[in-house]
Amino acid sequence: MPADTKIDIKKIAIPIFSVLVSFILGGIIIKMMGLSPSTAFKALMQGGIGNINALGETFVKATPLVFTALSYAFAYKAGLINIGAEGQLYMGGFLATLVGTNFQGLPMYIHLPLAIIAAFIGGGLWGLVVAWLKVRFNANEIITTVMLNYIAMNWISYLVTGPMKAPPGNYPQSKDILSTALLPNILPGSRLHLGLLLAVLMLIFYYIFFKKTKTGYETRIVGRNRKAADYAGMKSKKLSLLIMFIAGGVAGLAGASEILGIQGRMIEGFSPGYGFDGIAVALLGLNSSFGIGLSAIFFGFLRSGGNMMQMLAQVPVSVISIITGLVIIFVIAGQAISNNRIAGLQKIIDLFKRSEPNNGKHS
Amino acid sequence: MSKLLEMKNITKRFPGVIANDNINFSLEKGNVHSLLGENGAGKSTLMSVLSGLYKQDEGEIYIKGEKNNFKSPNDAIKNGIGMVYQHFMLIPRLTVIENIILGIKQEKEPLINEKKAAREIQEIADKYGMDIDPYAKVWQLSVGEQQRVEIIKALYRGAEILILDEPTAVLTPQEIEELFNMVEQLLKEDKGIIFISHKIEEVRNISDKITVLREGKKIGTVDATAKKKKLAQMMVGREVVFTVDKDNVSFGKEVLKLENIEAQNNKGLKAIDKVSFEVHKGEIYGIAGVDGNGQSELIEVIAGLRKADNGSVKFLNEDITNQEPRSILRKGVAHIPEDRQVCGLVMDMDIKENMVMQDYHEAPHCNGSFLDWNYISKHTNDLINQYNIKAPSEKEEARNLSGGNQQKLILARELHREPELLLAMHPTRGLDVGAIEYVHEKLLEARKEGRAILFVSTELDEIMNISDRMAVIYEGKIMGEVKPEEVTKEEVGLMMAGTKKEELK
Repeated sequence: MPADTKIDIKKIAIPIFSVLVSFILGGIIIKMMGLSPSTAFKALMQGGIGNINALGETFVKATPLVFTALSYAFAYKAGLINIGAEGQLYMGGFLATLVGTNFQGLPMYIHLPLAIIAAFIGGGLWGLVVAWLKVRFNANEIITTVMLNYIAMNWISYLVTGPMKAPPGNYPQSKDILSTALLPNILPGSRLHLGLLLAVLMLIFYYIFFKKTKTGYETRIVGRNRKAADYAGMKSKKLSLLIMFIAGGVAGLAGASEILGIQGRMIEGFSPGYGFDGIAVALLGLNSSFGIGLSAIFFGFLRSGGNMMQMLAQVPVSVISIITGLVIIFVIAGQAISNNRIAGLQKIIDLFKRSEPNNGKHS
Repeated sequence: MSKLLEMKNITKRFPGVIANDNINFSLEKGNVHSLLGENGAGKSTLMSVLSGLYKQDEGEIYIKGEKNNFKSPNDAIKNGIGMVYQHFMLIPRLTVIENIILGIKQEKEPLINEKKAAREIQEIADKYGMDIDPYAKVWQLSVGEQQRVEIIKALYRGAEILILDEPTAVLTPQEIEELFNMVEQLLKEDKGIIFISHKIEEVRNISDKITVLREGKKIGTVDATAKKKKLAQMMVGREVVFTVDKDNVSFGKEVLKLENIEAQNNKGLKAIDKVSFEVHKGEIYGIAGVDGNGQSELIEVIAGLRKADNGSVKFLNEDITNQEPRSILRKGVAHIPEDRQVCGLVMDMDIKENMVMQDYHEAPHCNGSFLDWNYISKHTNDLINQYNIKAPSEKEEARNLSGGNQQKLILARELHREPELLLAMHPTRGLDVGAIEYVHEKLLEARKEGRAILFVSTELDEIMNISDRMAVIYEGKIMGEVKPEEVTKEEVGLMMAGTKKEELK
């Protein structure tokens, strides 16, 4: 087993600690607003896991987050920072809609997979653009992914207000997805759909890819030491292209899951920022498949419970954003501290050593 | 008093090493005093003490006869010490003016009088015959011009003692000439110059006095009229640490043949110039030379990591010039890279993941697209035992191993593949004596097994002990091919400094 599977308690302690402290701070903030933290958190629980519908909603929200978090994690393992899951999600949704609204008469077992594959390709090509710009012109992928997000979002806006707008309506939305391309419901009494299964499959794929496959192993080497990879004869540029295609493709699946599973058609701005939240999910999940699964559920829980909290306890839903923001700050700070602890300590020791003679003179 | 500087009995210790051992050094007005020595001889440490970067453990510094031990680099600058580092400390995006006045208190803070600064910079440049545009951005300047900016920067801060750390290492011959003209001008103004170098010939040309350091000790101070041969001996003539018992092995067929190889370095300058040689089965062929004379580029060309502009590389009579690294490696070439931590290992991966970096794509390490970690673990454990790598298990991260064990890991990875050709670049650099002996042992064992070994080292003793034949490289050219037993160390030292073999006697 590769070293990554070792259960490193210190590593896991950081996210758990971060979540706990963030909730305590969130509670203090609610208290300072003159509201009751206990009522608020009770409402949060009720909205997140209170009944079948709430539970389903938590997983409904977690599903796209798994895809976008995996998108970030795939690229991260190859040493690339993918901020572009949002745009890749939109492009995936676009192709899924194209396939899903056409090909009438296809049986479901062909039409649905076809729409899902189309979403993967849509997102994948959008990711590939980033990798190509990186490999060919050494363009910083953080910048190109952010820019491509805007292009994708505006492209969708254009489509649903123009060429793909469903006649005769006035809403900025596409025609309905044909029933043979919809992701079926899997939990009656909720909106939970088959996309969840796809998300679990992708988590398993991610695990196997990096733990077991040659390409995954090469990717990890390229991500950590590109020069060593080149010296060992690996083709680091080709790998970058492949990984960004996969990363984009997985984000594209989030688009498919939203359109084929929830919306039933393409509408303007159909993602409430899943692409960006995915980064937070991956960070909290420490880029491991199990961790991403758990933290996606956690973020899904906050999203679905947050609304209930606003309704029952009058606590604005933006408190949830504060809490998730705090979680991320603590996770990043915690990792930075634990990574630099030894180096930092050494620096402090050196500082004292160097200042010793000077101190002597002052006294 | 004409003595600008005196350093008395300077000792500087680092954990485990004495970088400077009781060194005396002095400089007079209008003089060039050079520090000559190999890499790691302690030249830079001594100058770092002088420029306030390090604090000496023992000894005193006198500036113009006054005792003055610097507390910080700023303190040293105030006392007229100007250091021009080998790697320039300039900000490429800023202009020449901005770089020069950076950190200097302005008259009307926070406003900057750029025009006045430009005028002053121009004055300095004119005075010393330097040509520079104060408004140019640094990234647009050539290396020689950037060096000029560094020198002006030091003069602008009132430097009277200018330290030039390996100033010619990055310059073209023409730029070196210009630099030397500049130095002449500076001397006329009664500045003192300390010139750090390991190139004997240029040191003799420019200096008044030469101090030779070796392994942190001062070997002696001589006039520039000293014979080249004597300087070479002072510089490289250290005691042999150990000798290597070498069996006589007769060479077999030709394994590697280079013909008129030409290649560029990363800056686009010619790094390898018409290099030709061949290495035979059962032979250790050494490449001696001062670091940065094209050794890295040469090895990279052979390994397919750098494009050859001209010439051909033949491996077992097959032309492998500019092939993909993987295809070259698979033909039976192994590579001990020059910097094990930068290009040899992935430091935060474990031993087994590092051990299979060459093998993972071939059965039995993998099965189709999947890796067989059970086999890999077993295989790695075998190699850990066989090569005596000290580690708790195959799951230990490479960064937790000592330098010697990291190198053993690379040796195990490369040698167990039973290559026809081994490229060994500085395989003993930074290792302790025990580990060095182990590496030598393994190289000789490989030689005995009939492998061809191309061995690059800057350690003269080592390369003369180990090699069957050796070439000396200087500025990308082969100065000559010799058998170690037929030349003296001094002669090789001269070749390393740019003398052709034919010109030796």
